[in-house]
Amino acid sequence: MLQRTDSAADSLVVEGTRIDLIERGKGRPLLFLHAENGIEPAAAAIEALAKSAHVIAPTHPGFGRSDVPKGMHTVDDLSYFYLDLLDQLDLRDVTLVGVAFGAWIAAEIAVKSTARLHRLVMANAVGIKVGERETRDIADVFALTEPEYLEIAYCDPNAGRRDYKSLPPAEVVAAARAREATARFAWSPYFHDPRLKSRLHRIRIPTLFLWGAHDRMVGEAYGRAYCAMIPGARFETVERAGHFPHQEQPDIFAKRVLAFMDGK
Amino acid sequence: MRAYQFSEQPYYPTWNDHSGSLRVILPNRKCDPRVAADLFHRYYDEYQACDDIGLDIMLNEHHQSATCMSSAVVVGLSVLARATKKARLLVLGYPIGHRPDPLRVAEELATIDVISRGRLDMGFIKGIPYEIAASNLNPVELMERFWEAHDFILKAMTTHDGTFNWEGEYFHYRQVNIWPRPWQEPHPPVWSTTGSTTQARVLGERGYVMATLGTGYGTRKIYDAYRKSYLAKFGRAPTADRFAYLGLVAVAKDKEEARKRGHLIAGYLRTSSIVHLPFRNPPGYLPAEDNARLMRGETPPRSFTKDGRSINMHAATVEDLIAAGILFCGTPDEVYAQIVDFCEHCGGMGNLLMMGHGGELTHAQTIDNLTLFASDVLPRLKAYRQPDAEAAAAVMAA
Repeated sequence: MLQRTDSAADSLVVEGTRIDLIERGKGRPLLFLHAENGIEPAAAAIEALAKSAHVIAPTHPGFGRSDVPKGMHTVDDLSYFYLDLLDQLDLRDVTLVGVAFGAWIAAEIAVKSTARLHRLVMANAVGIKVGERETRDIADVFALTEPEYLEIAYCDPNAGRRDYKSLPPAEVVAAARAREATARFAWSPYFHDPRLKSRLHRIRIPTLFLWGAHDRMVGEAYGRAYCAMIPGARFETVERAGHFPHQEQPDIFAKRVLAFMDGK
Repeated sequence: MRAYQFSEQPYYPTWNDHSGSLRVILPNRKCDPRVAADLFHRYYDEYQACDDIGLDIMLNEHHQSATCMSSAVVVGLSVLARATKKARLLVLGYPIGHRPDPLRVAEELATIDVISRGRLDMGFIKGIPYEIAASNLNPVELMERFWEAHDFILKAMTTHDGTFNWEGEYFHYRQVNIWPRPWQEPHPPVWSTTGSTTQARVLGERGYVMATLGTGYGTRKIYDAYRKSYLAKFGRAPTADRFAYLGLVAVAKDKEEARKRGHLIAGYLRTSSIVHLPFRNPPGYLPAEDNARLMRGETPPRSFTKDGRSINMHAATVEDLIAAGILFCGTPDEVYAQIVDFCEHCGGMGNLLMMGHGGELTHAQTIDNLTLFASDVLPRLKAYRQPDAEAAAAVMAA
């Protein structure tokens, strides 16, 4: 189904934009949208999900080695990009799973069309403004040192620590591109789209919020408020995980997602 | 040669009272407005003295910083456009990629040019990384926004027959027609700064005046990148007036006093990089490949002495700063010789941006420094014959 290349990851061209894309497993389709820290930290979760689903995990435009077309600045742009991808691959009855920044993209997709979607999973989602104007719903991660960031983003900061001096050069460039791409899409308004909140009622497919309970970048109260805006959405916490539950608890994360796919 | 006096207009009384950052997050409670007023008046007095003794003037802006109180450079330009009579007024620079409204920039600068009767030099700059917080504009695509603002400002300054329309990637206007229009035709001279050969090539293609800061005896390769693209575009070598260099200048009748002044002025270098770590390199400010090198701990040195030794200009001794061409310091004879030697290294450098005040240098010391430079150094620099432009380009080609 997908265009193969010589590189380590598969590759796909959507409306002229080339992105990396991982495809694993068999069964019902699951589109996995990675968090702001890139596709690499999602590897274990993708493998776990692929035991019972046909997982399609793209690297967002601007992240990893994926191109970013001129003029692409917003998560709204990314949502149309993925609607095109769903059409191009003719995916149907898809379970759409997004983590953190990826969940923001998922919400922006689902408010536009759920025609190809079966279920929606939003993990430690960002994308809306909940508090009043002088309250920071989401920590200003660009004003934190790396140790400070790891402390609030992870249950166990060691889970997020990376030794850039020993990583392959391409992976270090990918980490640098992840930081840049996150800023491209989430700099201002900061990690949200002011219009998204008033559109969430349009999501009328079964929706599950998963929330790493130790996320201090964006807290559980924010997640619960977000969840309450989507009709019938369910909220569950994931223990011993922070902002990236798929990374800190990949097996539990996959188990919860797969159970939800089964209608449980 | 022209010489532009420059001060960052620092609020130095709090330099020893911070928690690891003199910029962005230092609470402004530490700024006493009465002290700030006295300092501003003093700094403007010193700039006015430049007008009397034959020095030109350079202003800049930084934000949320005790290292530089000039947060809106148009204010200083406004004061000096009226108060001075002869000096060129160089703004280096105006961080136009950080401005949401370039029409306003065009109006401000055209007005300054008119009030000063055509004495404005218009430096457009990328801005240092720490400035992002003050605008909250996206550091990603900063330079793309910079160049669109640049194109728009020049179009606004050179359109005289009615309104024009602008619907670009970053800025939108439908009825542009600035009043007043600038004094200088077709517009005030454009300057810019860089530390990279990549950007030097871009500036060379446009023929703008290019300034570098703290590049010392590593300056030649940046100038040569400019020369190469200038030559390709215009078919002749760029003359020395296309090049500017910002150096610290401390002159005194005797060597010891000059060294003392040099040390005080270099307080600027010792404090300028005291910034909370996360603000030092916002995402997208550098290309991802450069950031990856930084993440791996590779930080190439920037400043070199004449014999190729790298130095850290933020911590270097006065002697090392002199050896690196970052500080010109000594008796008038010594300073003249140092600057000429540097010009020869550069293959020509026609605009000295002299930091003749920095840090805790007192008013009396500053006035003496500037006066001595203007009387005993500058006349000789004006008479100095710069290296031949074509010869410098030939050396580059070889």
